Amino acid sequence: MSLGSEHPDSVTGELTQRVIRVITETQKLPEGKITPASTFEELGFDSLDGINILFALENEFDINIPDDAARQIKSIPEMVTGIAGLLAAKANA
Amino acid sequence: MNPTASPSASGSRRVVVTGLGCVSTFGKGVAPFWQALSQGQHGIRPLPAPKEGDLKITTGAWWADYDPAAHLDHNLILLADRGSQFAILAAREALADAGLEKPPTNSAIVTGCCVGGKHAEDASYWDVYAEKKPRVHPLTIPRVMANSGASLIAIQLGITGPTFTTSTACSSANHAVGQAFWMLRSGMVPMALAGGHESPFVFGLLKAWEAMRVVSPDLPRPFSAGRKGMSLGEGAGMLLLEDRDHALARGARIYAEIAGFGMSADAHHITQPLPEGAALAMQRAMEDAGLAPAAIGYINAHGTGTLANDPVETKAIRLALGDSARQVSVSSTKSMHGHALGAAGALEAIATVLALHHGLLPPTANYENPDPECDLDVIPHAPRVASPAAALSNSFAFGGLNAVVAFRR
Repeated sequence: MSLGSEHPDSVTGELTQRVIRVITETQKLPEGKITPASTFEELGFDSLDGINILFALENEFDINIPDDAARQIKSIPEMVTGIAGLLAAKANA
Repeated sequence: MNPTASPSASGSRRVVVTGLGCVSTFGKGVAPFWQALSQGQHGIRPLPAPKEGDLKITTGAWWADYDPAAHLDHNLILLADRGSQFAILAAREALADAGLEKPPTNSAIVTGCCVGGKHAEDASYWDVYAEKKPRVHPLTIPRVMANSGASLIAIQLGITGPTFTTSTACSSANHAVGQAFWMLRSGMVPMALAGGHESPFVFGLLKAWEAMRVVSPDLPRPFSAGRKGMSLGEGAGMLLLEDRDHALARGARIYAEIAGFGMSADAHHITQPLPEGAALAMQRAMEDAGLAPAAIGYINAHGTGTLANDPVETKAIRLALGDSARQVSVSSTKSMHGHALGAAGALEAIATVLALHHGLLPPTANYENPDPECDLDVIPHAPRVASPAAALSNSFAFGGLNAVVAFRR
């Protein structure tokens, strides 16, 4: 896992695009509706959308997003940062 | 409000509670249940590590040393899933407590049950999916059906009156008690056994609760800042309801009167509660009872301890009671007996009835710091000596279905 080493911006950019793709598909949103800076409030997500999105992302990345961490995540950048951290922890495990 | 002004209650019978029975994390019987609640002791304990896989839910309010053979004969153990076994035990206790061998045959039995016989269901799925067995136990269907408890009680007692099961998630038992109450009040039946039963501690269902992200990794801390969710519970509660004149004539002990019942639907969201919907059920219960908000001295809250429920319930209580919300004592006994889903309203009805009977309000256990969004008088930690004239018991279900029972001392 090279996350945060050689090309942090491009890797984070790829991760962001993957997160956006998964959420776009899960929520059946039009392409381009979600931007890398979108907040969940702007996107109109409620708590049920939230658990659906977490479920899809956990499956996509084969990770476990803890409830406590999930509650703090309210935007795409926060989600990307959280997933990057979990992926790094998985790679080092 | 004039007590005789409620149109649905005028000229009809008064309904009292003369028998109580329960099974809970504290074991069999109302005595250990009330002993724990009246001392603010919780029964949330570790769950055994599941053989099937990883599970984030590691605690629950469950009867750890339950031995069916110590309480039931072989045939009933074979026929009844764990929750229905609890229902039978609770019904027996309620009858004995009321000094009755059998209620009249045209009595009613109404039970709440949310998830049905999940132990049998989970085991049968495991057999065919994981073990690749060619067949499942032949009694799987009668064990799984949610009305199994009501049916087995009817068979045991020879009761042929209205017997059915309400399944409205966490409001199931309150809907059951409410229907039984109205049947009695209208004169349709002479007596009723009403309550609920549940036993949700099976791997498949716990994985589903895990995915909802509403179960606390810690103790449940209803109405506290920093609360992290509910703790699931199991058990059964049954109340023997009868016409007040009949109870007085036979010299029965009267715990409390059921004064009114109110229902509503949020018509809003499948999991997010709405204060206005919950308030409407509380208002309807008070109207049905002919009780003014100022008469309500205690509310046994739905009080799940989830982030969503507790502030919404706080708003609902303020909407329904107005200025009287500042005086009312509120507690969540789920902090002690857990959230027993379809049995929740039944266990909480028993807690409410005993609170009125003993003049002692059970507390909200495990309470930590005040949450400004839950600014009610929530009786933290220790019980409160008080003798309110009337009380409400709230149940607000996923699906936005609300059911509130009003009790009078």
